[in-house]
Amino acid sequence: MIHATLKQLSQQLADKQVSAVELATEYLQRIDALNPQLNAFITVDRDKTLLEAAAADARRAAGQAGLLTGAPIAHKDIFCQQGWKTSCGSKMLDNFISPYNAHVIEQCQAAGLVTLGRANMDEFAMGSSNENSFYGAVKNPWDLNAIPGGSSGGSAAAVAARLAPVATATDTGGSIRQPASHCGVTGIKPTYGVVSRFGMVAYASSLDQGGVMAQTAEDCALMLNVIAGFDERDSTSLERAKEDYSRDLAQPLAGLRVGLPREYFAEGLAADVGRIIDNAVSELKKLGAEVVEVSLPNTQLSIPAYYVIAPAEASANLSRFDGVRYGHRASEYKDLVDMYEKSRAEGFGSEVKRRIMVGTYVLSHGYYDAYYIKAQKIRRLIADDFKAAFAGCDVILGPVAPTAAFNLGEKSGDPVQMYLSDIYTLSVNLAGLPAMSVPAGFSDNGRPVGLQIIGNYFAEAKMLNVAHQFQQVTDWHSKAPAL
Amino acid sequence: MKWEVVIGLEVHVQLNTVSKIFSGASTAFGAEPNTQASLVELALPGVLPVLNKAVVDKAIRLGLALDATINQKNVFARKNYFYPDLPKGYQISQMELPIVEHGKLNILVGDEEKTVRVTRAHMEEDAGKSLHEDFHGMTGIDLNRAGTPLLEVVSEPDMRSAEEAVAYAKALHTLVTWLGICDGNMQEGSFRVDANVSVRPFGQAEFGTRREVKNLNSFRFLEQAIKYEAQWQIETIEDGGKVQQATVLFDPDSGETRMMRSKEDAHDYRYFPDPDLLPVRISDEQIVRVRSEMPELPAQMKTRFVDAFGVTPYDAAVLTGSRALAGYFEAVATASGQGKLAANWLIGDVAARLNREGKDVAELPIDAERLSGLLVRIADGTLSNKLAKQVFDAMWDSGLSADVIIERDGLKQVSDVGAIEKMVDEVLAANPKAVEEFRAGKEKALNALAGQVMKASKGKANPAQVQEILKQKLA
Repeated sequence: MIHATLKQLSQQLADKQVSAVELATEYLQRIDALNPQLNAFITVDRDKTLLEAAAADARRAAGQAGLLTGAPIAHKDIFCQQGWKTSCGSKMLDNFISPYNAHVIEQCQAAGLVTLGRANMDEFAMGSSNENSFYGAVKNPWDLNAIPGGSSGGSAAAVAARLAPVATATDTGGSIRQPASHCGVTGIKPTYGVVSRFGMVAYASSLDQGGVMAQTAEDCALMLNVIAGFDERDSTSLERAKEDYSRDLAQPLAGLRVGLPREYFAEGLAADVGRIIDNAVSELKKLGAEVVEVSLPNTQLSIPAYYVIAPAEASANLSRFDGVRYGHRASEYKDLVDMYEKSRAEGFGSEVKRRIMVGTYVLSHGYYDAYYIKAQKIRRLIADDFKAAFAGCDVILGPVAPTAAFNLGEKSGDPVQMYLSDIYTLSVNLAGLPAMSVPAGFSDNGRPVGLQIIGNYFAEAKMLNVAHQFQQVTDWHSKAPAL
Repeated sequence: MKWEVVIGLEVHVQLNTVSKIFSGASTAFGAEPNTQASLVELALPGVLPVLNKAVVDKAIRLGLALDATINQKNVFARKNYFYPDLPKGYQISQMELPIVEHGKLNILVGDEEKTVRVTRAHMEEDAGKSLHEDFHGMTGIDLNRAGTPLLEVVSEPDMRSAEEAVAYAKALHTLVTWLGICDGNMQEGSFRVDANVSVRPFGQAEFGTRREVKNLNSFRFLEQAIKYEAQWQIETIEDGGKVQQATVLFDPDSGETRMMRSKEDAHDYRYFPDPDLLPVRISDEQIVRVRSEMPELPAQMKTRFVDAFGVTPYDAAVLTGSRALAGYFEAVATASGQGKLAANWLIGDVAARLNREGKDVAELPIDAERLSGLLVRIADGTLSNKLAKQVFDAMWDSGLSADVIIERDGLKQVSDVGAIEKMVDEVLAANPKAVEEFRAGKEKALNALAGQVMKASKGKANPAQVQEILKQKLA
């Protein structure tokens, strides 16, 4: 049962082969057994989970169950959830119990999904390795010496280790796709504005987007049906008709035009990862896809542009953590400024401080035009690159990261090396496009590698169709680590 | 040396929306601390601002009234600074693209009309309040005011005296209350003025270095603060010193300004467009709609009062001091057909009584129809001015109409020639000495005799007729 997909679990629940309480109990047992070595969860609350599960069972008994009622889920610790500690991986919010629910949480609760716990993450979603969590690094279930990726490392590790069938996650510069790739699970980051950011602790508001991870593309589609949709509490939420993201899963891929950006297969891409992507493309060709070469000439510029814009927004977004109303406050201080300085110095980790300082610098008088304005111009060029590329293809394929998961501690002393590994994911966020990571093989040292599928705006159903068809002829997504 | 004072004003106009600019929390004044702070004002993790559309309509209203440009795309920006009553650590304001630019407002100083240019008006949220009393060395934070919508209206440095600055502030105050976008309550902080003051030798083209006097919440303080500040700057320069750019506070108790922070301490606010809010787009239709919902403006009404009712430009300016007064005047003047008389009464007796009772035009116990009834009785000679005042007071106290009071108290002016002649004869017979004096050339005696006649008539005789008949009889 632990290896079942969300789709299968929902069928078992509907057939009364299992109750929500039984399912939750089984997953909680597995979390108890494996979380000590993986550290995928920050908070597990057995009583709360069982209460939710019992409510789901009651709903089903009353004939009011939806498709997913009673199925378990892990939530990234970035989504505010009433009554649960919402730490965002930070000491700053270690004492913060949210008094309200994020839109994503509300939607999951309305669907009857049962919260298994709160998934670990890089502090305030800043990181590519999950080593920046106040609660310690998450381990990659495929290799405990490897990073799981970040920032949604806890969500990815939980799904990979079958501690949860699905998990919510967020992606600001690759934080869904990169850990999904490194842990061998399927993850989707929707078009910016498809999933409400209300209640999602902000890192970089113009780039942050909620999404999900699961074993399969089909499960991702089911979950996207739950969490997507207009929310008037988020001014950047898009007012569009509700859509069924599963609608095109079964479509054949004959005639699909697949774009391969030449810049994604150039210097810097590890040979084994390149081979895996080539093989995946061959599989799609067998399914009838045509391959065309496309160009995204400003890809290299995505790194400096992202690392100006995201820290700039973060520097303001994180100002509210001042120790005045909630969160960490230094125990001793001599005046107001001292309280701010000590509380923030103690409450934030080093990567968060680094980005706040970078962001403060690039917005400063005299530097704003040279950095922030210029980065915004690059952002437009990058979006234009994609527009041109999509004129000749339906989806763009490529690697998610230049290498498979690196070792814990390998890059943590060198932030620039860490930032460079985001090269294939950042452009998508800067352009606001949807993208996925789909398991596509294993590296020479046995670590999972994902295939990135990038869609045009609102082409989630098309991407899911490609991923689902790929998963009909491959079994990388159903492989689980031995634990 | 002769000095010229240069003043520009920044006015924070609190908009009278029901809910806050970025949340559904109430804006009502005076609630228990922090009871009107929603998740958004508390700046909990993950909350987002959503623009209250009523704020945009009100800003457009002011923009149109100032004959300004409405920027159909305008942008909210974050102004970053740390303070406990600013929960997000930034204020959502507008910087590069405000909603209103290039407006103008005419002011009247003495008899002279002058145009003050309005640089811009932008939408922003108010901060909360820090309470330093009552907490024994600690500071309390009340976030009820946080998120209250403001329009910051910035003028060009076009004013040259404290009087002009006050006239501008008053004209803007009249305008925003007239438009119904602000309650105008200065004690509660609904209309707060910052004054940028500098001085320069007469004839010099360049401006002097300015100091900004913050948070003046009455017209009197505004005048006092500018006068003190300008004098201080002049003395500083004449004593060989230099004015340094600074922000200062006015102390109403001492009447002095004192330094709050120098230019060196000025914040770098690191403005950038707020990524949580899309640029505000205003359609042509929205502007047309807002314009159609606007009342006639004071300037237009003033011109119309002069043309239609024959009142003086000065009186028209006073009568358009508030929408309530202007509306009342127009109703009385139209119903009575007595524009000038209505103006005299409103500016004279009515204003005096309101003033004495500390009331506002809106609280007048005599409605326009009844006041017009009184004026008609003055115009048709039924009431002398003196009797009219008596009737007016009785109307105020009883709520009855003029005609009812005239009938009840028998206050009708006596204009019957026979009756007056009879009274005159009696008075002349009873006062031979006065008659003799008048005939001897003492003109004043006539007034004494007339007074006797009025007294005999209990004030009801038509004074003009009394004079006329007396003169005939004594001729």
